[in-house]
Amino acid sequence: MVLSRFSFWEIFQMLILPAFFATLRMVLISGVLATLIGMVLGIVLVLTDKDGLSPNRVVFRIFDVFVNIIRSFPFIILIVTIIPLTRLIVGSSIGEVAALVPLTVACSPFMGRIFQNAFKEVDPALIEAAKSFGASKMQIMLKVYLKEGLPSVISGLSLGLINLLGCSAMAGAVGAGGLGAVALQYGYQNFNVRVMYSIVAILIVLVAAIQYFGDWVYRKLK
Amino acid sequence: MIEIQHLGKSWADGGEVLKDISLDIADGEMYALVGRSGAGKSTLLRCINGLTDYQSGSMVVDGHEIKDMPYKEIRELRRQIGMVFQQFSLLERETVYNNVALPMKCWGYKSEEIDKKVMSLLELVGLADRKDARPRGLSGGQKQRVAIARALTMDPKILLCDEATSALDPKTTSSILDLLMEINGETGITIVIVTHQMEVVRKACRKACILERGVIKSMGDVLDIFYRRPASLLRLLGEDQASLPDEGVNLRVAYDAEGPGASFFESFSKEAGFVPEVVDGGIQNFRNRATGLFTLNVREEDLGRAGDFLDRAALKWDRIDEEWIAESTRGDEEEE
Repeated sequence: MVLSRFSFWEIFQMLILPAFFATLRMVLISGVLATLIGMVLGIVLVLTDKDGLSPNRVVFRIFDVFVNIIRSFPFIILIVTIIPLTRLIVGSSIGEVAALVPLTVACSPFMGRIFQNAFKEVDPALIEAAKSFGASKMQIMLKVYLKEGLPSVISGLSLGLINLLGCSAMAGAVGAGGLGAVALQYGYQNFNVRVMYSIVAILIVLVAAIQYFGDWVYRKLK
Repeated sequence: MIEIQHLGKSWADGGEVLKDISLDIADGEMYALVGRSGAGKSTLLRCINGLTDYQSGSMVVDGHEIKDMPYKEIRELRRQIGMVFQQFSLLERETVYNNVALPMKCWGYKSEEIDKKVMSLLELVGLADRKDARPRGLSGGQKQRVAIARALTMDPKILLCDEATSALDPKTTSSILDLLMEINGETGITIVIVTHQMEVVRKACRKACILERGVIKSMGDVLDIFYRRPASLLRLLGEDQASLPDEGVNLRVAYDAEGPGASFFESFSKEAGFVPEVVDGGIQNFRNRATGLFTLNVREEDLGRAGDFLDRAALKWDRIDEEWIAESTRGDEEEE
């Protein structure tokens, strides 16, 4: 496509806007998946920690090490390494849907740590109080840890989403589409400065929007 | 009924927290576990509802040996045992109402039932108008009232208070203790109070047990402990043993300063015919009743007349001699 034949507004409509929505879809879907998986990871880590509700050294170590391993992969390497897994799940390693797999895998341990830290901040005296009136472990998890830790979880989740946004742009480099792909192909490789900077601008606005929204929810909840 | 027999507990690193603890707490009692921080009193309290375990001896609560109870039964037992904490331990993000309702929600009560109970308890603790407030907006005393209401939602037979007044100022402490006494009087609930504040023991408790480094040093009626003043009590109060005069005879006397014996010294001098020398003592409040506790010194030849008067007035009194001191400090010999 020879971009110089089109006005900026046409480029915006044809290229940038669909890419924007693609990015949004990738970030939101993998964000939701990663949050759910992260919540499970966080709950297991807090439950099995040595002063948790069901201390279990072995399970804790396994999850802890697993989370650390995934988190030490540079994202671009992770995408490539788990291609077999991606193929197994979505049948392809290219495209928006395929990108969801590495995005979710990369982000879940991060979200897991967010939940774990938020739960750890909850005053242990509250847990003891809940035990004292006979709350079950599940009830303590949901009604005390999750309830009291929610503001910290939310502010952590906005960090996670911003992180995910960066990853999704990187995923664009290996065929995921989205804003990252457009910025690279048309902005960087075609030397179209306007496309590149307008995408950078959109990303700045997106990051700010996520951050402000997160802060706003945090204040509401706190 | 809480029966503790030869209970012993040590931490995983080998440090002994509780050594050979034996004591009984009767139903409806207000019992104080007293001691300085690190004495093991809070740990002992947590053995009662199984929040912590113990390695030896036994702890029988309403006929159940805590050590042998599976987790599920312990949870069930905890419905019968409310607990209040030093730092109130309320959910900061929930309203007062929801905090009080939480135990009943966990146990799956119907919402009309919860509503009725929560409102009646908030009425009892005087916070019905603050039901939609969050703990952040309450004073320390109010937070503790919410915590007490929460501990009472399932009509427990036992209420455990872990330093429940230690974070409060004296006036608030006093009002919280009045509330606990009122609840004890009305429902006959057994209340076990862990504290390091002797005012709390004096004001609210009938019986007490003084712990030092995991060992029981003195126990019995609060009034009797103050009457006999074992070294462990004086260490808690930060007082020294009063040095007794070598001359004459020293007597320890207790009298009800609100009843007919209020004018004790007047009657003493009138009936015994002389004025005794006061070595030590004063009027103190025990469970909101003024009680005189004095150490008197009389001449050997006046002892008969003094004894006659004290016996006639049916007062609690003892001659302070080697034997009495030995009896008063039994189990408390080891000095620091």
